[in-house]
Order: sequence, then structure tokens, then C-alpha cells
Amino acid sequence: MSDAAMTRREWLLTDRPQSRLQARLGRAYVAWRRFTANRLAVIGLVIILGLVFLAIFAPLLAPHSPYIGDLAKARLLSPGPGHWLGTDDQGRDILSRLIYGSRLTLQVVLLVAVIAAPIGLLVGTVAGYAGGWVDAVLMRITDIFLAFPKLVLALAFVAALGPGIGNAIIAIAITSWPPYARIARAETLTVRNSDYIQAVQLMGASPWRIVLRHIMPLCISSLIVRVTLDMAGIILTAAGLGFLGLGAQPPLPEWGAMIASGRRFILDQWWVAAAPGVAILIVSLGFNLLGDGLRDALDPRGSGQ
Amino acid sequence: MTPALAIDGLSVEYDDFVALDDVSLTVAPGESFGLVGESGSGKSTLLRAVAGLAPVSFGTITVDGKRLGGKRDKAFYRKVQMVFQDPYGSLHPRQTVDRLLLEPLAIHGFDDTEGRIVRALDEVGLGVSFRFRYSHQLSGGQRQRVAIARALILEPSMLLLDEPTSALDASVQAEVLNLLEQLRATRKLTFVMVSHDLAVVTHMCDRLLVMQNGGVVEQLASTDLAARRVTTDYTRGLLVASEGFCRKS
Repeated sequence: MSDAAMTRREWLLTDRPQSRLQARLGRAYVAWRRFTANRLAVIGLVIILGLVFLAIFAPLLAPHSPYIGDLAKARLLSPGPGHWLGTDDQGRDILSRLIYGSRLTLQVVLLVAVIAAPIGLLVGTVAGYAGGWVDAVLMRITDIFLAFPKLVLALAFVAALGPGIGNAIIAIAITSWPPYARIARAETLTVRNSDYIQAVQLMGASPWRIVLRHIMPLCISSLIVRVTLDMAGIILTAAGLGFLGLGAQPPLPEWGAMIASGRRFILDQWWVAAAPGVAILIVSLGFNLLGDGLRDALDPRGSGQ
Repeated sequence: MTPALAIDGLSVEYDDFVALDDVSLTVAPGESFGLVGESGSGKSTLLRAVAGLAPVSFGTITVDGKRLGGKRDKAFYRKVQMVFQDPYGSLHPRQTVDRLLLEPLAIHGFDDTEGRIVRALDEVGLGVSFRFRYSHQLSGGQRQRVAIARALILEPSMLLLDEPTSALDASVQAEVLNLLEQLRATRKLTFVMVSHDLAVVTHMCDRLLVMQNGGVVEQLASTDLAARRVTTDYTRGLLVASEGFCRKS
């Protein structure tokens, strides 16, 4: 068995791959090895995979319904057998609500990343590559967005669009693309005059082709790192909007909204607010550790390129 | 016969700095033309102006009797290709050799990409085992071979060579120069080659232009250079410098 593993490893690490697929896999394997060498990063990955697992199997894992509680007998019970993390003021099991809430958290994080990262990437690379007035216009727009504190701007958008988880996602996405545009632009400026980009120009490639196929792939790894590191911030912003009543609406078990509803009894029944707080803390930490690990593994200036 | 490349009164200015001042030359089809001079003499700028990478302030560039405008079209890039000086900087760090060679074919809509890539690698003496390597898995000489293969895969008639061997060590230099010589013979290519190495230019080129401070010093045949029939002090100085340091006795 170890013999077979060795040959598979050699196949991946060979310096003369036989196919496109092998070259790509070998490269991914090198990045994976660099990533797993960092123990904290692996912990981060495990936390995030755990979150994904919870979200997928929430109906199977949750011991109680997240929406229907026993108002007569189970209000604000302290943690114990039956309700591992206690119950809230509606008599709902907090653990079940947390497990279902992981779906909302993941949804927010993924949708924001899927909306904001491509916008930032496109704006940044186009601005950096085109230069001149295109650059000036795009970057001034970016600056305008950057000038506002993220949460305040998101608040304004949600207030305008109306409260709700969908609008919260849109608001957070609108406020989080500018840093990505900045990063992508900086990265583009460092490569746009390099010989290998000029070589592509000399092949007669159109500017769009150069930006999409030659410059973007170089910006993506630093962007992935930045997005992962930002995910903690996105969760906190979503939680903040939820706390202010502008994000997820009751009875959705969004973690920020859960803290908000628990703050009324924070002194006597601390677990109502503490449980979702700890959940936010752990997931934010997980994304941060993962982002740090990815930075080391994906850094194009690293040894294996 | 129309010259492969005719440059007339070419000037390149960056803001206030004059990089190239009123240079004229003609290169016949199939000829190998050298540009020599010290650093900053404008020889690379001349090459980049032809390729469309440097802004032309005055003068005209004509390729195969067709005057070039500010923007080059695809047909131009099929005819004229360039090999850069630094093989470590001229290959995309995230692309395999395969991808690098596929790109020009895809841009120009060539068919039989598979066969062309294999042939191109074969032609520069690399073989298919190099096809799926990333550029960081290649040595300097191998990288430059890939760069040459990439330039030749569009089957151009003219190759602009910007000090193609100066970043390589001596033994690899000879290999790459021989490869270029052989490719020129089999494909009947026109070369415009920049070098600060007089020995290389004398070996590779039929005629050469000596440049200094963006201007032309003199134009001579390489046989003249070999026989030391030079007319200006500057060229004589270059010749002395190329012999290396020697103690004054």
C-alpha cells in the first residue's frame, strides 16, 4: 500500500508531466502540501468543513425544531441534558437554532464572496491594465465606496432596500468589493509591463483576452486569501445587521439576531447570547486561520511558484 | 525587391527624453541585421518600436512594403515576432509550456494545434517531455528555447531578437545561437538582432548598425568589422572593449 502511495506521489511530483491534467494536479498537490504543513491552517479548514457539514445535515443533527419552542415549560432553560445549550425566551432549543443558523451564515458568506470578488477582480484588473482615464474613473468610484465605514454603508443600503437576509447579502457585497479592486489593481500594475504580458501582446491578443486569461489568474490567489480573511468580517457585518434588526428577520435563526434577542436577559440567562456569540467567534477564527494558511500555500512568490 | 524592413527617420521620445533620434535603415528579406551599442544607446528601443511596444514620435516603419500605423493588426504579428532578452521574465509563471504555445495558435485561429505544438517543441530541440512543464521547472536555456518556439509557432517571416543570449551562460549561449542560425537557414527568416556582444553579432549577422545615445554611429558589414575596417573612433572603442581587459605593459 505504501508502495502504491509512493508511486502516486511521484506521479504527482514529477517534473515531466505527461498531460495537462497531471501538470495541474501536481501543482495543486504542491500547494496542498504547503498548506497542510501549517497546523493552524488545517484547524481552520476543519472548522470550516465542520460548518459545511452542519449546514448540509442540519435536519438530521438538530435535536429539536429551530422554530417551534415549548412556551409553557421550556422558556430560558439553562444548559443541561435535553437542551445542551439551553433554550431561549420562546422556549426554542438554542443548539438546534445554532445548527440551522450555520446554513444562513454559510449562505451569507458564500453569496457575498461570489458577488463581491468577481466585481472587485474585474474592476481592479481592468483599471490597472487600461490605465489613463479608465483607471482614474474606476478607482475614484472605488475610493468613494472605501471612504465609508463598511457597516454604516451596509446599514444605509439595507435601510433603503428594506430589511431581510437577501438585502443584507446584497448590501454587504456592495460594500466589500472595493478592497478587492485595490488588490487586483496593485497586482495588475506589477505584471502589466512584464515581458510575458508584452509577449502576449506581441501575439496579437486583444486587451480583454490579456486581462481575462493572463492577468486575472495571477491576481486570483492573493484575492482568494483576502476574501477568506474577509469572511470573518462578513460574518460579523451580517451578525451586526442581524443584531440591529436589519438582517435576517424573526424567526430565522441567524446568529447575530439571536444575540440581539438574547441581550435582554444577558445577566440572568447569559447562555442565550453567549452560545451564538461563541459560534460566530469560532467560525470567524476558522476563516482567519484558513486564510492565513492559504496565503502561505498560494503565494506565487513562494518557492514552488 | 521590397525590403523586409525599412525604417526612415525614426524617433522615439518619452516625455523629454529622446531614446531614439532620426534612425534609418533597411533590411533585405532573409538578411540577418545586427544592432550594437552600449547600454542606453537605443538599440532595444528601436526593436520595441518596430514591435509596437515603444511609441513612435516621428518617422515611418515599413514591413514588406506595408507602412505600419500606430496600432498593429493581427497580420503584422503573424509576420513579425520577438524574442525577449530575459528568459526568466518572458514566460508566464502560471502557464505550462503547452499553454504558452497554444495561446498564439488560439489567438490566430490555427488548426492542428496538437501537431503544431509537438513540431514546434521538436524544432527547438526540447521534445514532448517538456510540454506540460511550468516555466519554473525549466533552465534558462530551455526557457529561451520555449520562447523561440513560441515566436516561431506563428510561422513569422521576421524575428526580432533582443539580446537573446545575454542572460545565458557561455555554453548555453552557443547552443541557442546555433539553434537560431539553423532555424534561420531552414525557414529563410529575416533576423533583426540586438546585442552588445560584438563577437555574437559578427558571427550571426551580415550587416550591422552601431548606435550611441539614440543615434546612428555607422553602418558596416560584419566582414568589415572582422577585418577591423571601421571608420569611427566609437566603434574602434567598442572593438577594444570587446577584447576584454588587458594590462598595459
